[in-house]
Amino acid sequence: MIDRRSIAGYDWLLFVVVILILGMGVLSIYSVTASSAVQARTPLYMKQIYWIILGWIVFLVMAWIDYHEIARFAYPIYVLTLLLLVLVLVMGRSAQGAQRWLSLGFFNVQPSELAKISLLLVSAKYFSDYFPKRGLNLRQLLVPGALVLLPMLLILKQPDLGTALAISSVFFSIVLVIGLRSKFLIYSSLLSLMMFPFLWQFFWNHLKDYQRERLRTFIDPTNDPTGTGYHIIQSKIAVGSGGLFGKGLFGGTQSQLKFLPESHTDFIFSVFSEEWGFVGIFILFLLFFFLILWGVEIAYKAKDVLGSLLAVGIIGLIAFYFLVNVGMTLGVMPVVGVPLPLMSYGGTSMVTTMGLLGLLFNVKLRRFMLFY
Amino acid sequence: MRESYFPQEETRDLQSRIYWLFGLIVLALFGLLMRAWYLQAVKGKFYHELSENNRIRVVETAPPRGLIYDRNGNLLVNNVPSFNLYVVLGDMPDPADVLPRLAQLIEMSQEEMTRRVTFKKEDPFFPIKVKDDLTMKEVALVEGHGLDLPGVKIEAEFKRNAIHGTLAAHLLGYVGEVTQAQLESGLYENVKRGGIIGQYGIEQTFDAIIRGTPGQKRIEVDALGHEIRVLEVNEPLRGDDVFLTIDLNVQKVAEEALGNQNGAIVAVDPKNGEMLAMVSHPAFNPNLLSQGASSRAWEALLKDEGRPLTNRVIHGQYPPGSTFKIVLGAALLETKEATPSSRVECRGFLPFGNRNFKDWKRGGHGSVDLHRALVESCDVYFYEMGNRLGVDTISKFSHLFGLGQPSGIELASEKGGLIPSTEWKRQARKEPWYPGETLSVSIGQGYVTVTPLQQALMISMVANQGVFHSPQLLKKIWDHETGSIQEIPTAEGKRIPVSPETFRVIQNALAGVVSDPHGTAGGAKSQFVSMGGKTGTAQVIGLKGGVHGKLPDKFADHAWFVAFAPVESPKIAMVVLVENGGHGGSTAAPLAKKVIEAYLGVVPPLEPLTVKSPAPPPTPVRSEG
Repeated sequence: MIDRRSIAGYDWLLFVVVILILGMGVLSIYSVTASSAVQARTPLYMKQIYWIILGWIVFLVMAWIDYHEIARFAYPIYVLTLLLLVLVLVMGRSAQGAQRWLSLGFFNVQPSELAKISLLLVSAKYFSDYFPKRGLNLRQLLVPGALVLLPMLLILKQPDLGTALAISSVFFSIVLVIGLRSKFLIYSSLLSLMMFPFLWQFFWNHLKDYQRERLRTFIDPTNDPTGTGYHIIQSKIAVGSGGLFGKGLFGGTQSQLKFLPESHTDFIFSVFSEEWGFVGIFILFLLFFFLILWGVEIAYKAKDVLGSLLAVGIIGLIAFYFLVNVGMTLGVMPVVGVPLPLMSYGGTSMVTTMGLLGLLFNVKLRRFMLFY
Repeated sequence: MRESYFPQEETRDLQSRIYWLFGLIVLALFGLLMRAWYLQAVKGKFYHELSENNRIRVVETAPPRGLIYDRNGNLLVNNVPSFNLYVVLGDMPDPADVLPRLAQLIEMSQEEMTRRVTFKKEDPFFPIKVKDDLTMKEVALVEGHGLDLPGVKIEAEFKRNAIHGTLAAHLLGYVGEVTQAQLESGLYENVKRGGIIGQYGIEQTFDAIIRGTPGQKRIEVDALGHEIRVLEVNEPLRGDDVFLTIDLNVQKVAEEALGNQNGAIVAVDPKNGEMLAMVSHPAFNPNLLSQGASSRAWEALLKDEGRPLTNRVIHGQYPPGSTFKIVLGAALLETKEATPSSRVECRGFLPFGNRNFKDWKRGGHGSVDLHRALVESCDVYFYEMGNRLGVDTISKFSHLFGLGQPSGIELASEKGGLIPSTEWKRQARKEPWYPGETLSVSIGQGYVTVTPLQQALMISMVANQGVFHSPQLLKKIWDHETGSIQEIPTAEGKRIPVSPETFRVIQNALAGVVSDPHGTAGGAKSQFVSMGGKTGTAQVIGLKGGVHGKLPDKFADHAWFVAFAPVESPKIAMVVLVENGGHGGSTAAPLAKKVIEAYLGVVPPLEPLTVKSPAPPPTPVRSEG
């Protein structure tokens, strides 16, 4: 029961937008890694293209299966996620001081990636089942709050601050859209204001050393110019030196000469900005703006609460990643190590993002369905 | 809106707040876009400059130092290739891990490594030299572990090489990395941290000539500091070569003559003040020090009892002993206190005050005039005459002959020695001068100390009949850039107010010291060349004139001999000092003979009494005498 008018309409424009963003990503990866002295057998940009192809397949799958069908498995998926998260803490493979990977023999998975999708499904499912007409109060927030907090704490324990914050961004955008009772809003904000120092203390004490260091150097990057602050300074230099029109493809000295760390993953935006300048940034922002606008329209016109909330969560998640990543490279947010959706090199992020977009398209496709 | 299709009550409740969410996101997007505008458009130039500086590094390339030759163009010091090991802390992610492994590879102690690397680190990208002159094995080891040793690099450079090793070590000196204090002194304008400058001897004095101008290489580097490509090269300018006044052959002979004895030999051309040889023993190996000796090697040098780092020629201060009698003789004749025929009866001692001042010859010399007093070195004559002159007159004439004050030779921290006077004693010792002290001074004992260099210049003045030339070390400078050779002019001679007649008498007596059967330096008589000289035996301890008991070596007397030759037209003036060598006549004088014969080029068995002219110097010898 797919509405043909939709595809025949202007949705192809959206595909163009996504493909353009993907193309910019591949180009930037190509630019940084092409000159690299150590050439892998398959160059990274080719690998990224393979991931993109896989991403489109996942997109199609996620768009095809009715989202109501998917949402029916929200709780089982949620329980499975929790199990995997516990498992990864017990017997996970660690990389760079964090235990995030779970080896499944033939390939490794990151349960925290799955947690994003399952939290999205659970939150949307729960709130659509128990939809509070005139906004949420504290009691109604208890159960979903607990549902979110549980995997969040497990992920923080890995530790993976970026994903934990991303999950909370899904939850908060859904809660924001459902709305809070005004009285509750006032009380809770007063309470959290009073609790802030204690919470901060608690939060600070539970951070790993390197996370604290990152936050500290975010406040003053020059404090530690060769350590953590190095990333921020080099990224700002890369972006700033791009100027209005950029240094052109392969022209980015910062990234070509490897002053930028993680240039093809977390700092791909710096590479892009250095080579394409403000003009490039402006176009990229415009593309992401269209993407989000498209999502917002889907959320707005969704057939039911479930669809709408799903769309809202997806927008929230993608916007979160984009804003935090770009904010980090521009030096206005701490380095938390989140990828730039659709552009950063990496299979997990690519497949997840494409899957989410597929789900978003799913909601749109089933807007005119009569029943389910 | 297409709500006409399916009116949805529930979602309508959400719709207004979806715009809130959208608004928030757009606001954040706009904020970030403004931030990008700020970085790229407003501060774009600033960051562009930063990115340029980030990748371009200016590396200084050390210039080869100028070579050092002797007066005849024999090479003394050159540069040879050397592999030096550097550490760049800025390119080293974990020095605590890399440095100990590096130390192990080159077999350096951890402390030594730490000491070298922690010396100043304001610029993390400054290459710190860890070790000079790696062996091939070490080069291979370090290169082989290159990937595990980030921030470690080997540079092919030059090292300073004194060809004859310890020969003339004190004169030639050594080079070393500029110290922090030297940098701050402002004396080394174009020298940057890590630069190599002369630290001793000729290398130090003429550093500005020899050093050359460093070149610069602008290179593009990646974040690991690895050179990607060279953007611009300014070749370093080689320093100028210098030709010294030293004669390698004479220097060699002098060093061999002195052998293992501690002491000094200085030879000078009396006609122009050019230094011909300058020996100080024991010596150090300048190559060891130029190539960055380990702290253990330094410590050994500093603690050595023979003080090998001391240049005895200019730093050693010794009582002149009987060689001082030359000055007294000149003073006597000039002041008319005595004539050449004035006599003193020597009975082997002179009672003065409540004690007897003894002559070195137990039975005495009988009735002696000035000539015999010098030839036989009669102490009583000079006790008597010194007392008549008074210490202040002795002091005045000593200064005329350049004793007791630095000569102004172009070598660092020359010592002055000491010539006492009543004024000096009142100020320095807060005591009056006692007449008995004048007697000790008269035979070059007591408070009197001089350096070997002063002695050489004194005898040179005597040889040159009172015309003094400042000591000169540099003969010419060869500028490689222009190919021009700059001859260093001989300084105008200064005549001291002592009459030629006085010098005639003195020279005559000094010739007698060697040639007279009673002369104290009879053993130095040369078959081939006429020599004048004066022996001296300086007591190390005690002032009890003339007591020569059996003493442990380090308290044994210093042996002096000052000499010039040929007597008729002196071409060389020199001094020999043998520390704890005993009698000047038997120990020091024969050494002088060897050097003089070598310089004058007399070929021993074939041409007796013929004097060959020395290897012709390119500049005509200017004579004032």
